Amino acid sequence: MTLDATARKTNWFSRLAHPGQFLSWSRLIVMPLAVLTALCFAVGLWVAFFNSPEDYQMGDMVRVMYIHVPNAWLSQFVYGLMAASALGTLVWRHPLADVANKAAAPLGAAFTALALFTGALWGRPTWGTFWEWDGRMTSTLVLLLIYLGIVALWRAFDDQLRAGRVVAIVTLVGAINIPVIKFSVDWWNTLHQPASVFTAEGPKMPLSILTPLLVMMLAFTLLFLTLHMVGMRTEILRRRAETMSRQAALSGGQ
Amino acid sequence: MSAFWALIVRDLRVSTRIGGEALTLVLFFVMIGVVVPFAVGPDKVQLAKLAPGIVWIAAFLSMLLGLDRLFRNDDEDGSLLLFRHAAIPMEAIVVAKVIAHWLLTALPLIFATPVLAILLAMDFASWWQTVLSLVLGTPALVGFGALGAAVTVSLRRGGLIAPVLILPLCIPVLIFGVGAIGGDSSGPAMLFLAAITLVVVAFSPFAAALALRTAGD
Repeated sequence: MTLDATARKTNWFSRLAHPGQFLSWSRLIVMPLAVLTALCFAVGLWVAFFNSPEDYQMGDMVRVMYIHVPNAWLSQFVYGLMAASALGTLVWRHPLADVANKAAAPLGAAFTALALFTGALWGRPTWGTFWEWDGRMTSTLVLLLIYLGIVALWRAFDDQLRAGRVVAIVTLVGAINIPVIKFSVDWWNTLHQPASVFTAEGPKMPLSILTPLLVMMLAFTLLFLTLHMVGMRTEILRRRAETMSRQAALSGGQ
Repeated sequence: MSAFWALIVRDLRVSTRIGGEALTLVLFFVMIGVVVPFAVGPDKVQLAKLAPGIVWIAAFLSMLLGLDRLFRNDDEDGSLLLFRHAAIPMEAIVVAKVIAHWLLTALPLIFATPVLAILLAMDFASWWQTVLSLVLGTPALVGFGALGAAVTVSLRRGGLIAPVLILPLCIPVLIFGVGAIGGDSSGPAMLFLAAITLVVVAFSPFAAALALRTAGD
């Protein structure tokens, strides 16, 4: 049996993995995802700003939570996704895993920076300070530095395929920071408030506040998924363009 | 096993023959201790309070400076490719280079701490705790440094990327290293520092070897 006579069965999973197939099915999904994101944001922002109660202590300032918490949660979720793609690159050599990592890194950095920024804006009127070196803020700042280091590392390599494997190693080493962020409010009891949504006994806030929060979380997650998909498509097209320009240069003149 | 020691001896011999690099790092270390009192004022009480942090920052920056030397020379003359076919696995080679690098960069710094202690108005007890914390903490810095150097070894213009990459990882070492000097929670901080060092020295050779193998593909 010769090599080219071997028939390959394409199942749904291999169709996910093939870059060309990915481009064709992702093109159909991007616009619906974007519309869904816009709808979710519209509903979420309306409920958050007009249809939810104010806090008995901070008044209307509590509404920053609806922006701050989804950003903070996403900053960790995106890193989890990057760590999973890193495993995909190193262990299974998945063709799209390093593209997923590269597209997610600047998005994760942006969400982390936004979380720190909105947190500072929230902290100034409520706690009296823009910044404190407490456990959660420090480890989130460390997460931002790790993200930015990964973005810099991607740009430093000429060969993007080799870069993918090296960045995967760095991503996995940096993943130690995620549990530190999650549990930092329990280990060091300083300024940032402890966990009130994902606790062992379930959420500790009433439904009138929890519902807008969950809707905003869904909206931001959909935003990330849309941008991530667009980013992955752009990266694949960029690599194709580079290959084509290299081939054109090789055959230039013939 | 003899290949392991041979590699350490080789690194020490090459470095002492080239000469000068350990001295440069020690000079940099001492110069930070000289420059900071100009920046924060010569008040002895304030200097003594800041001294543990200053010593640790100086040690950390000096280690970052010396990072590139870990694998750069071997990559340039092709030894890294030879190491892949060595009798000992790549992880053991990384451990050998980490040991040699610690002997060449961290040990001179530790011997230079008395100078810094005098410049920064430290008392004897603080200085002794500084030496202990540096002995316990610098292997972790070298371990992370090996990871950073392995990741960037194939980059020609990768200059500052390795320090930027490992700085977030080294922050806990800094926190506990400074916490181990003077004060009430010195004992637990020392233990935490030792724990971090043991874990980092145990695991970073595997990550660094993987990065070296990838970089050479």
